Amino acid sequence: MLAFLVQRISQAILVMFVISVIAFAIQDGLGDPLQQMVGMSVSEEEREAIRDEMGLNDPLVVQYLRFAGNAVQGDLGISYFYGKPTLDVILEHLPATLELAIGASLIILFFSVPIGVYAAIRPQALLSKFFMGVSTVGISIPVFLTAIVLIQLFSIGVTVDLFPADTGWGQNLNSALSTEGGLPSYGRGDELTHLFGTWHSGFFSQGGLLHLILPAISLASIMLPLFIRLIRAEMMEVLQSDYVRYARAKGLQPGRINFLHALKNTMLPVITVGGVQIGTMVAYTILTETVFQWPGVGLMFLEAITRSDIPLIVAYLMVVGLIFVITNTIVDLIYGLVNPTVKLTGKKA
Amino acid sequence: MKKLLTAFVGSMALAAAPVAMSAEANKELKMAYDADPVTLDIHEQLSGGILQLSHMTFDPLVRWNKELGFDGRLAESWERIDENTMRFKLREGVKFHSGNELTTKDVQFTFNRLKQSQDFKAIFKPFSGINVIDDYTFELVTSEPYPLLLNTATYIFPLDSEFYSGKTEDGQAKDAIVKHGKSFASTNMSGTGPFTVASRQQGVRVEFERFDDYWDTESPGNVGKIVLTPIKENNTRVSALLSGGVDFVAPVPPTDLERIRNDKNSALVTMSGTRIILFHMNQERVEAFKNPKVRQAIAHAINQEGIAAKIMKGFATPAAQMSPEGYQGHNPSLAPRFDVAKAQELMKEAGYEDGFTITMMAPNNRYVNDAKIAQAVAAMLARINITVDLKTLPKAQYWPEYDNRAADMMMIGWHADTEDSANFFEFLTFCPDADSGSGQYNAGNYCNPELDALVEKANVETDLDKRAAMLQEVEQRLYDEAAFIPLHWQDLAWASKKNVQIEPILNVMNFPYLGDLVVE
Repeated sequence: MLAFLVQRISQAILVMFVISVIAFAIQDGLGDPLQQMVGMSVSEEEREAIRDEMGLNDPLVVQYLRFAGNAVQGDLGISYFYGKPTLDVILEHLPATLELAIGASLIILFFSVPIGVYAAIRPQALLSKFFMGVSTVGISIPVFLTAIVLIQLFSIGVTVDLFPADTGWGQNLNSALSTEGGLPSYGRGDELTHLFGTWHSGFFSQGGLLHLILPAISLASIMLPLFIRLIRAEMMEVLQSDYVRYARAKGLQPGRINFLHALKNTMLPVITVGGVQIGTMVAYTILTETVFQWPGVGLMFLEAITRSDIPLIVAYLMVVGLIFVITNTIVDLIYGLVNPTVKLTGKKA
Repeated sequence: MKKLLTAFVGSMALAAAPVAMSAEANKELKMAYDADPVTLDIHEQLSGGILQLSHMTFDPLVRWNKELGFDGRLAESWERIDENTMRFKLREGVKFHSGNELTTKDVQFTFNRLKQSQDFKAIFKPFSGINVIDDYTFELVTSEPYPLLLNTATYIFPLDSEFYSGKTEDGQAKDAIVKHGKSFASTNMSGTGPFTVASRQQGVRVEFERFDDYWDTESPGNVGKIVLTPIKENNTRVSALLSGGVDFVAPVPPTDLERIRNDKNSALVTMSGTRIILFHMNQERVEAFKNPKVRQAIAHAINQEGIAAKIMKGFATPAAQMSPEGYQGHNPSLAPRFDVAKAQELMKEAGYEDGFTITMMAPNNRYVNDAKIAQAVAAMLARINITVDLKTLPKAQYWPEYDNRAADMMMIGWHADTEDSANFFEFLTFCPDADSGSGQYNAGNYCNPELDALVEKANVETDLDKRAAMLQEVEQRLYDEAAFIPLHWQDLAWASKKNVQIEPILNVMNFPYLGDLVVE
């Protein structure tokens, strides 16, 4: 266990070092930060003076060594736009992203397990076929389109008047297809509860939860179908295995077989995939946060790019790298708990 | 019983009347811009966003009105003493947010700070100093006669000198202007404006509250609280308005104009703007561009009206010069000259019948539809056999390329900080000179010292009619020589809920005077 953690920590350091070098190497391609910091009519002379002052005219190697020297002391530089330490900026934005990810994960968990198991137990049922059909459609719709459609339907509202309103059935159809709207379409609202440090949570107020609904559904929509299909496939395989047959023959309750014995083994690959999918989740939070103006790290990162806020870009990439290593470590640990035959360090038993 | 009720209601109404008077500014306004102010230090950066903030939390000496004239704000009156001096009388009894009272000492402090600011010093270069006469009288002095003195006075938003003097706990001067990192002024402010900043989370939201002791008691404004949320994504900003999440949004993208017009709860205001979008033709990189005939051929090949109608969906005013209507240099006789046959003929005369190949660059997220416009221009040039190799880039990468003059034709949009024609010429058509900084954005390398001299002359001409004639002549000559290819002035658009009366407070400078906003 200890050896495993040491190994992982050294990996994390290596990952972050490589990321910082790459991020530094590409910064020339990210544009001129000065452009965002001064007005158009500021003379070239003034710009040079500011560049000198900020050390942007030093050779890249000198800039990197200066950065690395500060970084080992926990100082990842100062954001050009926010004017404060990049780590502080990231910590301020991280809770919003985490809450969005948690919200989406809960939705995925609550829907994918029952639907997946049901579709595996009753593959021929109409409802299963319906779920599978919907999930195929869901997986192929880009997340920003889902988001825009959700906003139109549930924030702005749609009035349908296709059917004759003077007939009873027409009216019913019209009102069945029309939506009221009214759900918040941007941001996190102003009813946030302060938990600790920079964490202001939207989980404890009605307003906060309402703001979370649409972004969380959008983010979940891209991964929910994947998990439903995965659980269904794994479950069907497990249901064919000897120990399930034996349990059936023994006369155990079907509920107990399905949800205790079979599901447990189904979850193994699901956890692995889930760990890998966290990366995808990070990528999709950027899209979701942009559409919903969700003030998380994804939106912050995208704006940092358009502003060429290089210190913030570098710091974000390093933090995301760290998150990847940590989540993969946790996944491996859970893996060990679920299946004791798995050896962490991969050495012989 | 009925009588009693009537009497009761009557007395209620009587009692309510004075209450309604004193609790005037009690409306809340939620608004969404595409960005929030980068700093609270209004001298740190010269940008539209910072000027919008300045008009909310500070007051200028004078400000532009809708007709591009001047209204006195903190300056009660002004008169020209001699060619180089303007005397201002300051309004008395004006309070800063800190409670200090405004005097000429604050104006002097602000003036000196502006002269130090990297972004503003260029605008204040013509000024040699400020003479303080007494607590409420001062003079602005220029080194030469300066016709744009009042234009520049719109940039003087007096700061609270006492508030910004001294040192912070960590020893930094409170009036320091810091571009990179934190300063006292970038997070604290004390102005005379209608609003104070109640809380601010950068990039997320800013809350403003009305200043109780605001001097302008005649302002009709009744907004007591403003919540500003930056929403960068066009679609989300518009959705926020349509779903009722916000009351006021700007800017409105051209693609959503119809949608808002058709919405029964929303009101749309559009105006022809003052930002010119144009292409430079780099004579240093392309030999053919030195030939005026080739430049004219290109000017004839571009269909400005088509671009404004089709790509901009009517959300632009086709241009044949840089000065928009209302500017002194606007020459009403200049019109777009789209004529492909003439263009082809000119190419033939110039000896380039078979055309040539050029490179072109444009940003793709800076101006409205910038990349599409560039594609259209490239397609139009193909008709006179000029093959265009087009590259569009995000603005962060575009401007370094622009500074390097990396392509033969490059797009730029320009808004004159002084709201005056001369500013266009100085930055976009003056002979490029690295030492003096003139022609800083002249990516065409067009150089005509005669015209530059004429503009310089106009800059010291205080007879405004004579000055206008000179500037109009410059526009005419640039047009005749086709020094650059003007496309259009980008329109401006704002939208609000029906009960928010935005129309009276909007102007072409895009500084909504939110202090005067009335919400029903």
